Amino acid sequence: MTPAQVITSRVPETSAWRPTAELETLRARAALLSEVRAFFAERGVLEVETPVLGQAGSTDVYLASLSTRAHTDKGRRRLWLQTSPEFHMKRLLAAGSGPIFQLARSFRNGEVGGRHNIEFCMLEWYRPGFTLNQLIDETTTLVRQLTGQALPVRCYRYRELFYHYLALDPFAERLSSLRELAEHHAGMPPATMAEEPREVCLDMLMSARIEPHLGDQQLTAVVEYPASQAALAKRHQDAHGDWVASRFELYLNGVELANGYDELTDADEQRQRFEADNAQRLALGLEEVDIDERLLQAMAHGLPEGAGVALGMDRLVQQVLGKPRLEDVISFATPRC
Amino acid sequence: MANYSTNEFKGGLKVMLDGDPCAIVENEFVKPGKGQAFNRVKLRNLMTGRVWERTFKSGESLEGADVMELEMEYLYNDGEMWHFMKTDGSFEQYAVEKKALGDTEKWLKEQVPYTVTLWNDNAIAVSAPNFIELEVVETDPGLKGDTAQGGSKPATLSSGAVVRVPLFINQGEVLKIDTRSGDYVSRA
Repeated sequence: MTPAQVITSRVPETSAWRPTAELETLRARAALLSEVRAFFAERGVLEVETPVLGQAGSTDVYLASLSTRAHTDKGRRRLWLQTSPEFHMKRLLAAGSGPIFQLARSFRNGEVGGRHNIEFCMLEWYRPGFTLNQLIDETTTLVRQLTGQALPVRCYRYRELFYHYLALDPFAERLSSLRELAEHHAGMPPATMAEEPREVCLDMLMSARIEPHLGDQQLTAVVEYPASQAALAKRHQDAHGDWVASRFELYLNGVELANGYDELTDADEQRQRFEADNAQRLALGLEEVDIDERLLQAMAHGLPEGAGVALGMDRLVQQVLGKPRLEDVISFATPRC
Repeated sequence: MANYSTNEFKGGLKVMLDGDPCAIVENEFVKPGKGQAFNRVKLRNLMTGRVWERTFKSGESLEGADVMELEMEYLYNDGEMWHFMKTDGSFEQYAVEKKALGDTEKWLKEQVPYTVTLWNDNAIAVSAPNFIELEVVETDPGLKGDTAQGGSKPATLSSGAVVRVPLFINQGEVLKIDTRSGDYVSRA
């Protein structure tokens, strides 16, 4: 296939130096960032800066990290670009920092689209002593303040959403029928997903059939995800006795804005989860990622109980300013960098 | 043919899906907060013209389709096949089946250039130019002096198409027609 047959909507090369965002948008963005800083200053949350580069990366099976080689004091080493500032910030918490926030450049390889840019701005903050509900409150307060709208806040359990939109119980439904349903909603011929695990079918249905409806004229918080999706959150048993993740996600206009955890503080369990991630990576033919031993050391030293959340700042700016594409609020989106 | 992964999908890329060549119309990367990422893709089936919506796991790939769109002049119909010739000076000819010709059959006129879609060097679709000039071969007699008022009547064109035309149009006149809508535009 020759490139000439691929129709693209590229701008002429002579305009490719220009920003992808209008200058007026960048001024509005700066004002929103100031408001974020004022919000946390008022609450006594310390702004921190941590490195973009780390000696270890995220093992998350569904995150693709970028890495680079650098000449360091220990010779030539592979360093990872962070997918979020979580690990360094947790090391600060373990060192006794108290509540902290950061506007951090983060990188996720291959994530390109109207709501994704490989390099993006993550607003992440940690609240020692907070419960998950307290953090949901604080997150929605911040979002309501930035949007300037008194958006109503609704909270749903993951299970409730599947009942409501698909009339099934995501914890109890037979795997074979989940696969068939996922195929149907993916527009796939029968048996295409016959090998897929439960999690992929649920992710598929969540993305295609549920997410687009979340946060319509309101802020929707989703809680009690299946325990397999706990990542770095604690787990607990829900009212049905099923294990769920102590985690929330916040949606506005069908767009996922934030993901928060009641933070896992047990270093041994954290190590097991990292190792399980890497085992799954191997099984899927993906590269293993170096486990962050310094994070585990910090957790063994003692990570204070509390909650933390990561919010996609570019997406929030996009929602506040009503821009159709993420690149409209980023000075130079990756295709134009 | 090369394989294309979801992160190479972009508008216009030609790929094989369920045995048919398709053109990618839209590709949107979607990812739930945590977990598997997907690409929601709209593809136009080049055999049927129908648009399919499919969701792929990110990283899956499809085989590329050997599809080309070329400009060709319509030559003649031999009773079974319709014959077209490349306009690049090569005089190379392609025979097109009725199925591939589809609705374009009613807009055929000799020496007019059409866009012919080739898959593995076989013609699978033909699209007419947006506007074409055709002669009226049959219509009720024109109403003299009636050039301003509304009202229309059917007229059969030299290509076989029947279109609605104003009452003042006469047999033998050449008309400009929009082939996308089948609407009369003006006298040529």
